Amino acid sequence: MRRPLGGGRRLATPQWIAAAPFFLYVGIFLLLPTAIVVGGAFVDSNGLSLSNFASMNQRFVINAFINSVVLSATSAIIGAVFGALLAYAVATGNPNGVFRRLVSSACGVLAQFGGVTLAFAFIATIGGAGFITLWLQQQGMNIYANGVWLYQLRGLVLVYTYFQIPLMVLVFLPALDGIRPQWREATESLGGGTWHYWRYIAGPLLAPAFFGGTLLLFANAFSAYATAAALINQGSIIASLLIANTLTSEVGLANPGIASALALVMVVLVAIVMVLYTVLQRRTSRWLQ
Amino acid sequence: MKWQAAMKRLGLLAGALVLLTACGGGGTTSTVNAATAKSAADVGGISALVTAAKKEGKLNIIATPPDWANYGAIIDGFKAKYGISIDSANPNGSSQDEINAVKQLGKTSRAPDVLDMGKAVTLANTELYAPYKVQTWNDIPDSQKESTGLYVQDYGGYMAIGYDSGKVPAVTSLKDLLGSGFRGKVALNGDPTKANAALNGVMMASIANGGSADDISKGVDFFHQLKLKGNFTPVQATTATVKQGQTPVVFDWDYLSASHGTDVPTWKIFTPSNAILGDYYNAAINKNAPHPAAARLWEEYVFSDVGQNFWLKGLARPVRMAAMQSSGKIDSAAAAKLPPVNGTPVFLTDAQATKAKDYLASHWAQAIG
Repeated sequence: MRRPLGGGRRLATPQWIAAAPFFLYVGIFLLLPTAIVVGGAFVDSNGLSLSNFASMNQRFVINAFINSVVLSATSAIIGAVFGALLAYAVATGNPNGVFRRLVSSACGVLAQFGGVTLAFAFIATIGGAGFITLWLQQQGMNIYANGVWLYQLRGLVLVYTYFQIPLMVLVFLPALDGIRPQWREATESLGGGTWHYWRYIAGPLLAPAFFGGTLLLFANAFSAYATAAALINQGSIIASLLIANTLTSEVGLANPGIASALALVMVVLVAIVMVLYTVLQRRTSRWLQ
Repeated sequence: MKWQAAMKRLGLLAGALVLLTACGGGGTTSTVNAATAKSAADVGGISALVTAAKKEGKLNIIATPPDWANYGAIIDGFKAKYGISIDSANPNGSSQDEINAVKQLGKTSRAPDVLDMGKAVTLANTELYAPYKVQTWNDIPDSQKESTGLYVQDYGGYMAIGYDSGKVPAVTSLKDLLGSGFRGKVALNGDPTKANAALNGVMMASIANGGSADDISKGVDFFHQLKLKGNFTPVQATTATVKQGQTPVVFDWDYLSASHGTDVPTWKIFTPSNAILGDYYNAAINKNAPHPAAARLWEEYVFSDVGQNFWLKGLARPVRMAAMQSSGKIDSAAAAKLPPVNGTPVFLTDAQATKAKDYLASHWAQAIG
């Protein structure tokens, strides 16, 4: 029998070699940009300084962050509730059925359906001159009688929900699958009803997964940029749009230092959310999976 | 040890590549001359400049959409006349995008050669330009050029309201826009905290509503009223949104607005006589231009009679217009098509523009959010 080629050398190769491309990738596309943002946030035209953070104490900057949080929270809660319901419907159905396969593959696609394409889908259908808008107008209904709300914060909530619900289904379904029918049977044989089952068994077990999923959706919406940029052209109403404006303003408002400071605040907020997510995730995996 | 041989070969290849790029970068001696030339005479006259530019063979331009002030025709004209290819980057970018590209691309071959920017950005970045005086330098009024030729105003126009008369009632004053016929129909060309054209749109509204070049707040109030009535649409007006009907009323430069007439025959332009606000764009050469001779030749071209008439055909007012009118070189048919302007035009000073943008930074989002 021949020895496999190069088999003798394998011992000499450090194990991290296989992971090197991953670390290289993370280094170039995550760590380096983060370092640039952190560095840039503490530098202004006079050198090292905190002035970038000082100029963030303005009404419009604070409003942008409030709007971002409101938008992310609203779309995350709506997405989590409806996503969880849909996931429950799927989980209780036939595990090999058409419905489940249809929903999970659709969710896999739609959870990634964001950015300009998503914005365009909405503009083309219910935008100011979208075909549904125009058709409704012919029927005597004007959905924009009080202003074109699609291009405002309310519109963003609607559009974000479109990718939030499928994402929730994807992250919540494994937790639901982890619930064993035996637990319900055990509850019943001990004399418990549906209320007891949900209150003392399924509820506490699923809660960490549910809230963890909600946090993930929050972070997902908070960091979204392209969808909002394609829809909203006025006012930089959310933090990610404000950063873009601080980088590209041609009327003299461009200031890369302030943009970095804004980005750093976003990084910190998302980091907090993701730490909470990890904690909840750990709790989830104790029982389910 | 096969791989060692392979590495050797790879090393040779890499060395050859380095040599090749080195040749591409500094091989021609005449470009050194062009890079510091402050006029065509410095490189030995216009024909020497043409020769040097042809040798470079390429020109990088940025943020010049073909449907903006007839740039498409100017680009084609330049290419046809000199056989120099043009790489047009980020056509819908802003003036600040141009400066960002100059800084980020540094001395690489992809850096923009020539720039065309709004006033605020031009003034904020003068250390990035190479001074150059075109042959027609003396035709340009002194107030419209930097004395050493670092930047020169090239074309401009007046702020106007363009509207599709097939979709909305006729506009005879700004107040009309508050009417019910304009629900969700009034747009700006960009965000005024970001785009120069939009800032001037708000300023024009301010002047028409009792404000002044020193006070843009009345314009912000006006757009706030539009927003409350549901008449303001936060969509950026482009050729596409006008054609499609999303933005049937647009505050924009008259020369940009006028080009919508090609797509929308019922497009009309209104300039309020109590608020005539003018502005010119500024041409400059990147001091690190990868194609210094072609960059200078481009400026010669756009400031020549031919180039200036191209802008005029795009309904922009070229900076040499007065001189060309007196020398008879003006395309009078194109000049006759300019939207008529009755009244005294206002031009923002730097201080006024700064004041306006600072006010907008803190008030705009709230007014329309």
